[in-house]
Amino acid sequence: MGFPDRIERTVRIAHPPAKVWAALTTAEGLAAWFGQEAAIDLRPGGSAWMRWSGGHAADMRVERVEEPKVFGFTWHIFGLPDDDPRRTYVEFTLEPAGAGTRLTVVETGFAQLPEEAYRQAHDGNTEGWAKELGELADYLDAA
Amino acid sequence: MPPDIEAIAEQVFTALADPSRRAILAELAAAGPATATDLAARLPITRQAIAKHLALLTEAGLVTAEPGERRRVRYRLRSAPMRVAQQFLAALARDWDGSLDALKDHLDSQAG
Repeated sequence: MGFPDRIERTVRIAHPPAKVWAALTTAEGLAAWFGQEAAIDLRPGGSAWMRWSGGHAADMRVERVEEPKVFGFTWHIFGLPDDDPRRTYVEFTLEPAGAGTRLTVVETGFAQLPEEAYRQAHDGNTEGWAKELGELADYLDAA
Repeated sequence: MPPDIEAIAEQVFTALADPSRRAILAELAAAGPATATDLAARLPITRQAIAKHLALLTEAGLVTAEPGERRRVRYRLRSAPMRVAQQFLAALARDWDGSLDALKDHLDSQAG
């Protein structure tokens, strides 16, 4: 099946890195193309969020800020419950390319192991338990 | 040996591909833990087929057996494998192509 852990895209943008950087790392920039509303505290460990119409929201944590080359953040995996600790890491890399920018985005962490990493052991217990329950039911039925 | 994330996701998608198993999982999600007899009364599936599917789903770790009323075993949906499948879907649903197009459009529309 091939579980995708990593998504990577590189695009050429006909604007200089400074301009792309502002679009990626300011509330005004993010709200213009990514979310519909946004806020960002641009420093490693700083928090950021975006909101969309319909109530969907994304909470981000800024991880890397190396202006105007690297911007990284983690965010929640869409679709998982709010209390799930798993997050993916998104990193934008900006390189000058002529008068424009070569922009690469890499998102990793989709295939990280869930909290319940001891599933097999757990399943072993569950099966044992189901078997014991069956035996208990048989015993009680026979009594 | 660590659990194989891909094998877990595959079990979820395999289970969901069968209409009867999908109906059983949907019923457990919608109405909570139930015995095979409860499910047979609510779904257009024979008691025998339900027992067979529940055994399969239990073996795959998608449902878990627990003690119910009157010594009947009842079955509960396990959320952990479903969350693994959701991780897979999240990767497929992440639309970076659309977002990057929007970024280009935004920059092109800015004056200067």
